[in-house]
This record gives sequence, structure tokens and C-alpha cells, in this order.
Amino acid sequence: MTDENKLIFEKSREGRRCITFESCPAPDDIPKGMLREKPARLPEVAEVDLVRHYTGLSRKAHGVDNGFYPLGSCTMKYNPRINEEAASMRGFKCVHPYQEEKTVQGCLELMYNLKAALCEITGMHDMTLQPAAGAHGEFTGMLMIKAYHESRGDSNRNVMLVPDSAHGTNPASAAMAGFEVRQVPSDAAGCVDLAALRELAGSDTAGLMLTNPNTLGLFDTHIAEIADVVHEAGGLLYYDGANLNAVMGIVRPGDMGFDVIHLNLHKTFSTPHGGGGPGSGPVGCCEKLAPFLPAPVVVKRDIGYSLDYGSKQSIGSVKSFFGNFLVLVKAYTYIMSLGAQGLTDVSKNAVLNANYMFAKLRGSLDAPYDRPCMHEFVLSAKTLKEKSGVSALDLSKSMLDYGMHPPTMYFPLIVEEALMLEPTETESVETLDAACDIILELVRRAESDPESLHHSPYTTPITRLDEVAAARKPVVKYAFFERSGEE
Amino acid sequence: MSGYIPNTDEDRQRMFEAIGIRGFEDLLSDIPQALRLKKQMSLPGPLDQQKLLAHMAGLSGKNKVYEEIYRGAGAYNHFIPPVVTQLASREEFVTAYTPYQPEISQGILQAIFEYQTMICELTGMDASNASVYDGATAAAEAASMCVDKRRNRVLIPSTVNPEAIEVISTWHRHSEASIEIIDVHGYTDHPRFFEDLLDDRCAAVLVQCPNYFGAYTDMQVIADMAHRAGAKLIAYVNPMSLGLLKAPGGYGADIAVGDCQPFGMPLSFGGPYQGFMACTEKLMRKLPGRIVGEARDHEGRRGFVLTMQAREQHIRREKASSNICSNQALNALTTAVYLSTLGPQGLAEVSRLCYENAHYLRDRLDEVDGFRCMDEPFFNEFTVLTEYHADDVLDLLEEYGILGGLKLNGNSMLWCATEMNSKESIDRLIDILEENFLS
Amino acid sequence: MNIPNNLRYTKSHEWVREDDGVYYIGITDYAQNEMGDIVFVELPSIGDEFTEGDIICTVESVKAVSDVYSPVSGVVQNVNEALEDAPELVNQDPYGSWFAELIDVEPGRLLSPEEYKRLIEEE
Repeated sequence: MTDENKLIFEKSREGRRCITFESCPAPDDIPKGMLREKPARLPEVAEVDLVRHYTGLSRKAHGVDNGFYPLGSCTMKYNPRINEEAASMRGFKCVHPYQEEKTVQGCLELMYNLKAALCEITGMHDMTLQPAAGAHGEFTGMLMIKAYHESRGDSNRNVMLVPDSAHGTNPASAAMAGFEVRQVPSDAAGCVDLAALRELAGSDTAGLMLTNPNTLGLFDTHIAEIADVVHEAGGLLYYDGANLNAVMGIVRPGDMGFDVIHLNLHKTFSTPHGGGGPGSGPVGCCEKLAPFLPAPVVVKRDIGYSLDYGSKQSIGSVKSFFGNFLVLVKAYTYIMSLGAQGLTDVSKNAVLNANYMFAKLRGSLDAPYDRPCMHEFVLSAKTLKEKSGVSALDLSKSMLDYGMHPPTMYFPLIVEEALMLEPTETESVETLDAACDIILELVRRAESDPESLHHSPYTTPITRLDEVAAARKPVVKYAFFERSGEE
Repeated sequence: MSGYIPNTDEDRQRMFEAIGIRGFEDLLSDIPQALRLKKQMSLPGPLDQQKLLAHMAGLSGKNKVYEEIYRGAGAYNHFIPPVVTQLASREEFVTAYTPYQPEISQGILQAIFEYQTMICELTGMDASNASVYDGATAAAEAASMCVDKRRNRVLIPSTVNPEAIEVISTWHRHSEASIEIIDVHGYTDHPRFFEDLLDDRCAAVLVQCPNYFGAYTDMQVIADMAHRAGAKLIAYVNPMSLGLLKAPGGYGADIAVGDCQPFGMPLSFGGPYQGFMACTEKLMRKLPGRIVGEARDHEGRRGFVLTMQAREQHIRREKASSNICSNQALNALTTAVYLSTLGPQGLAEVSRLCYENAHYLRDRLDEVDGFRCMDEPFFNEFTVLTEYHADDVLDLLEEYGILGGLKLNGNSMLWCATEMNSKESIDRLIDILEENFLS
Repeated sequence: MNIPNNLRYTKSHEWVREDDGVYYIGITDYAQNEMGDIVFVELPSIGDEFTEGDIICTVESVKAVSDVYSPVSGVVQNVNEALEDAPELVNQDPYGSWFAELIDVEPGRLLSPEEYKRLIEEE
């Protein structure tokens, strides 16, 4: 095995190290029963080897900085460098969360203004910045809905309605909050089946979780009617903000009738994905739900900004401290860079870019919903698979050989052989053209030489992995030579 | 046009023509006019980059950065080697998505696999996940792992961090778990407080070690007691303490959780930090969130992949035990780089310095009239009773740019020292206190 | 599709075999084929009680999870631990790979092999 593929433990050599601290004797007053017996087998490498190792790993990673990343529902837009610069300022990094309020007025002012801006963008009355991710925000919103109904003595409302096209976190979050999840079917146009919704909504309905545009990239024109049905049944309307990039400055969830929302700052507001986090999932709400927000809430008083722990009806904290603060700094910086017109341009261009790609590709793959999309669109490889045997998976893996990150595959579940593309606004028309060319080329190859696509990728450092074996006998850590009597 | 949008008006015109529309409005026809915003949003900005950085510097300048920090309580001031910050800022790591396409994500997957290995090594456990939001939510998720049809009681002593207790309680308000907070009347987690409460409906005992007040206890006794009753032990630990203290696997913990913030993450006003979760082999498939596993490709080459995905929300949906999707991957990478930078010797040195400095602080503080420090064994945090009001102590230290211990109430404080607090600065702190309170 | 004659079946593709008061349950050839490569079987615990129609096990493939419903009411006397180490046995030999043994059973209405054959033909 070359050095390139070795784990850091395989490069380890006893006695090597990167850094020394002041030397200090081991304490002699720790009771033997609580004393660590053997040191952990952490890597022993010199700094040059450490740097080469992680540099090597970074070369085997693919970020927005490397290329086009049209993952539907993920909003992989460019992560501005100025956000990173702002978040690295000492005054933000070196501040302890338990400092006196008067010594952290900069943090509190930033949080207050961020929350005010996000409320303005979404049409909400107040907001918490505490949840660390979208799913975390969804769970928070579910708890707030439950608390609201319980506060009114309405404890029968134990059903949460969720569309069949919803992201998996929606039903999972509802279940965690103790709701029974019931699915609402989509109609032929890909939107909520209003008639079915009318049947399902009743006195046991706590609410409906929805995203608009939905996971097919389609704006549900009947949103006002949907809101009426749910509200008339006594339920609340929850907005999954994953698709907000389509509508900023154009329409607001609050005006659509939503009572409580979450946002994904690591999607719409350009904070980086980090390979899977940290993100941030603020939760906004209408006035009647505000007392239930997690405490503390950032408020502005005459004497300055403050943390208000006052609401007796708060659902409590969902995380330690106040949220992923440095992520909030990045989102705030982004909003300040753009302003109202800038954010509106973002959404308009996101929608334009998606429609441009859709127009170019819809003749070559199935377009299950053949009408203008919003910021993302879904194609299906169903016919292609029937004719040539080439699946959405094969197409996606083949894109890797062209250096392109594939789109989202097999989601939403209501479309067979789905490929969902979201280009975002931060891509040029040349990039979009090049991506469409690759996809069209692959469709041509599927028709003429399908066999060549079944085992792709061929040019990446590793080819398709045996995920079955990996799941049957999981190996989730490096196997050192076992020591006897170790901890 | 701003917003990091490359396309010009000419580009857009070309695109409109290619689609066969006249302009943006044609794309928005599904949105009812009645709902459309009639005027522009009222937002600050835009500021150009130069003005924006000045604005951000102005905001950050309104925060006080202390020269000396003696406060912990879940957020610790440790030295962050520059190489850690730099490597974890590599843009391929920072701007990558979750590694669902393993063929082009081997770098991230391998880094996480290495992280998982290091967590298992430190905690003495068999399996770790790829991270969760923070220590408190890790503890909440661990409770979910233990609860089943027959056992749902989760016992938590009052010595656990109050924020964690609150998060766990909120998390489980509507779950099957019954969260019971046990008052242990003090700083020590003595087993006698649990003994009578353990029965065949107990799913787990969750003990923080060292606890919120800084004290640690013989965890083997608690583990044995829990296991005799058929319950599991969840150890909620400060991973930095594992450079000196016994690993949870060594005393029979079933699950180890905590926050890796001390491993390369700055204080950052509370986040992002990084929760870790590690467990025995038996419980591995109950771990929430992403897990990286080893795999082979068709040529037999070793690679890494997100495995056991059928546990997760995108497959199980409402039947998932946890809804977690995004975690804190970049922070887990930071942890791995930090632990690789320190190695076992570096970790031993840092944890010894934390221990020594904190004990020096304790002994010197105890000698000052009016301060009485707890006697319980501790790692790097301890509780102090003061005759003076805590606010007065803190206001005094403030003038010298020192962030003193956390005020627990008017007459008690939680003090912390790390490798960043030297003996000289501790002496200076004591001088200030003596000069002011004893003259 | 293999449908042995000595077994009974359910609409949700489980099979049942009775042997002197002890009921063995598993999933059918049709079910294992639909699942694809099985990577994990979550078995119940000995002593667990189930009512007919309760979820008694789950079966995981790489990309999906499937609930197994108890065809009868009863108490779990034993589980097939071999499936914990080798879940692929369910794919290789679905009718030989029983998941659980149930006693104190109240059998409900089960499908005959012919009825089950008709059912999967319609699907």
C-alpha cells in the first residue's frame, strides 16, 4: 500500500510528535481505580507528515471550491471567504459563553440583528438561533407545536401530517416529538392533494409539515387553501425552510400562512457544509407561538442587548449555550453583503439557473412534472432504465468520471429513478452548459453503449464499494494489534 | 449585480431566450399575486467587502476578550496549535457536502474513520459515530439508545451539568423515556443515592465524570451497581480528562458521551462544539447519526463508506430512533487533527498541566481567608465556597482582565484551570484577591 | 417463486411452521428477493410477547428497512442467533432461516400456499 492510502495510524512511529508542552510530572494522588492504565494509541507523527497526511486527504475530498455541486435540496452555493474571515475574528472566537452580558454586547447585537433580518425575510415574529441543524430545528418546531396545543388543553392533537414527498427528517422529527405521522399524498401535478388533505385534517391534527417550493422544486399554488384547511381544523402549519433559496424577496412563508419555520443557514445563507456540519437551524414563529421558543431569547433593551429567560411556557433548551455561534456570524456577514435587493437577486437567479438546465435536459430524460420549476427540478431515468438498463445510479456514478459531482439520487421517494438537480445562483451559464453537456453525453452513451456505464466510475481513486459487506460486518475503527489487558 | 452571482444581464438574456421566456416574471407564475411581496424587504446592507469587514471588526470589538480565563463549565480555554486550525480550514474539507458519494469523498470518509478510531481509543469503547451536535444532545441520544419496552427509567444525578439536564429533559418530554433527576445533596456522586432507586425498569444511569462541580468518583462502583440491576451506564465525560483518568470502557460503561470542544475548538461564545458518542459492540447498531465503515471495491482496494445507513432518518423516516442528519463533521475533523498533533505524549502533557495548574490554584485559593475549596478529587475544575459575594470577586478580577470562576450562586463559584493558566498568573490572581479582600 | 407446501403465509410475506405447539416464523422467498442483499436482522428478545400483526423483527438492506409482522400472537421462546452473524442466510435459504420460535400461540387466519401464490401473482 502506498503512503497515499495509509491511515494516520499506519504512518505512526513511536516517539515522533508534532508539539511539546511544558513538561510536568504525572500526579500521584489519583486513586488507582480511576487512573488511566494505558495511553490511547493516538498517532505519533512529525508535523510535516501530519500536514502531508491531511493535505493528501483534502485532495481526495470534493467541495464547492473544486467544482459544480448540483445536489438537489442541499443548496450547494459558493461559500464566501469574507464569511470565514469574519468568523475568525478574535472578538468572536475567544469569547466564553458564560461571560457577563455587558462583555458580549457584540455577540448579542449580532444575534439580535441576524434574527431580525431572518424574521423579515421569512415573515416571522420571533426566532431562536439555538438549533444546530435543520433536523434539530424541525424537532424544536414540533415541540413548540405540541406545547402550544397542550397549553390550550387541546391534548388530543397527536397527529402530524407529512407529505409523501417530504424529506426523511420531517417524519422522524415529528415522531421524536411523540406525534403519530400520517402521510398526505401528492396529486398528479406533484403538489399536495387538497381533497385528501381535507379528509385527513381533523380534530386530532396538530399540524402539517410542508416545504414550498416542495421537494420536487414545484411551488404549490394552492398554499393559501392548504393553510386554510389546516387552520380551520385547528392545526398549525410548519415550514421546512430547506428550499428558501427559491423565494427570498419574492414571497415569505409567514405570508403563505406558515406558523412556525426552520431555516438551514448552511443552505440558503451560504455557510459551508463542512463535510456534514456544523450547520445551523434557526426556528422562527408567529406571535402566538413566541412564548414557546427555547430560552433564552435575545432581546434589545434600553441598556443594551440581553438574554431573556423569562417565558414560563418555553419548551426549554434544545442544545447547550446559544447555538452554533460562528455559523451565525457567517450567515450574518452574508446577509450584510447582499442586502434586500441582493437576496432577491439570489432567489431569482437560482430559479433561472434551474429552469435553464431543466429546459436543456427535459427532452433527454423523463420529466415527471413538465412545468417550470423553481430553484431545483427532478428528472427520472425510468424510461432510460427500461430501454437500456442504465439507472439513475449508473448515470450518477458515471458523472464522477467527468469530474462532476452527481445530483441527488432516488429522492424524493415518489419519483422512480429520480435525479434532483439544484444548480444555485452562484454558477455561471458556462458551468451550467458544461454540466448539461456531460449529462446529455451520458444519455447518448446509455443508448449506444450501456455496458460502459454499469461499473463506473473508472477514473476515481476507488471504484464502487461493496456496501453490503460493509453493513453486514461493520468495521468502524482501525484494528491495532490487540494488546492484552488493555482498556 | 452582487450576491456572488457570476451571470451578467447579457448572460441572463441568452438564458431567457434558451428557455423561451421574456424574463424572471415568467418563472414565478405559480406564485399567487396576492401572496407576493409588494415592496422590498427592509434589511440592512449591502456593504461592500471593505466596509463589511470594518463593520464586523466593530461588532467583534464590542466583546471583551480576557487575558486570563478561569471559567469552564462546559467551555474550556485550551491551546489550539496553529497547524490544527490551518488543516481544518482546507477548503476541500470546509466546502464539501456529506460524503454520500464515497468514490470522490475518500478524504473525508477516511478522516472520520480515523476520528472514530481515536474516540474509541480514548474512551476504551468499541464503536463511535461521526459526531452529534454537542455533549448535551449526545447524552440525550444515549438515553434513547438504552430505553426499550421493558425499561424506560433513566436516572440522572443533580451533579450533571444543568444545561445538559435541561436539554435531556426537553429532548425526552414526549419519548418513551422517563427522565428522573436524583438529588445527591452535594458535589459527589455517591452510589448510595442510586441504590434504592434501581429496579428492573431502569434503562440507564447517566453520570458525568468529572461532574459539573468538578468532582469525580469511583465509576466502577456505579457501573457495577447499574449492571446488577440490569441497567446501563452512560458516562458523560470531559475527553481531556481521559489523558489522566480511567477510560469509560475500563470501568464498564456501556456508552461514553461528551463534548470534544477542548480538542481544537475555540470558545466561540458557545458553538460550534462537537458531541461524541461511543459504545460497546453490542450497542453499535443503536448509535444515531452517521458512521463510517471500512469497505473494499471491486479490485479489493480498501476504502471507506457511510455504513449501516438503514438506521437513519432518510431510510427509516418516522421509525428512526433519531432524526439527526447534518452533524458536526468539520469539528470532528478538527478533533482528529488536534489529537494527531498532540499524540499520546502531548495529550498526557496537556492533561497533566491542567491537573497540576488547577490543583495549584485550588491550594492557593484555599489558603486565602474567606475561600473554602471542595475536598473532593477533581481533574481541572472545582467548587469554592466564598464568604465574599461572588459578584464582588468577579468585578474585582474584571478590572485586571481576568475572567474568574463561574458564579454558581452568591457564595459559591466553579473555578477551572488549564494548560493556559501558568503558576505565575495564578500567583498574580491570588495576590489581587489577597490585596483586595484581606486588607 | 418458491412457496413450500408445508407452511402457512401472511399477506405481508411472512411464513409460519408449526411443530408440536412451537411456531417458527420467517420471511418468504418473495420478501427476501424484494429486499435485496440483507445486511442485518433485528431479532426480538426471549420472553417478549406479541399480538398478531405487531412488528416483531426488522430486516435491513443497504438502502432500505422492512418490518416483519408477527403472524400469530405468542411469546418468544427462542431466536435464531445465527442470523446475527450471517444475515445473508435469509437470502440464501429463506424457509430454513427462522427468526423466532413462539409458544403460547393463538394462531389467527393464515394463508394457504395456494392463497399466497395468488397474492404474489397479483402484486
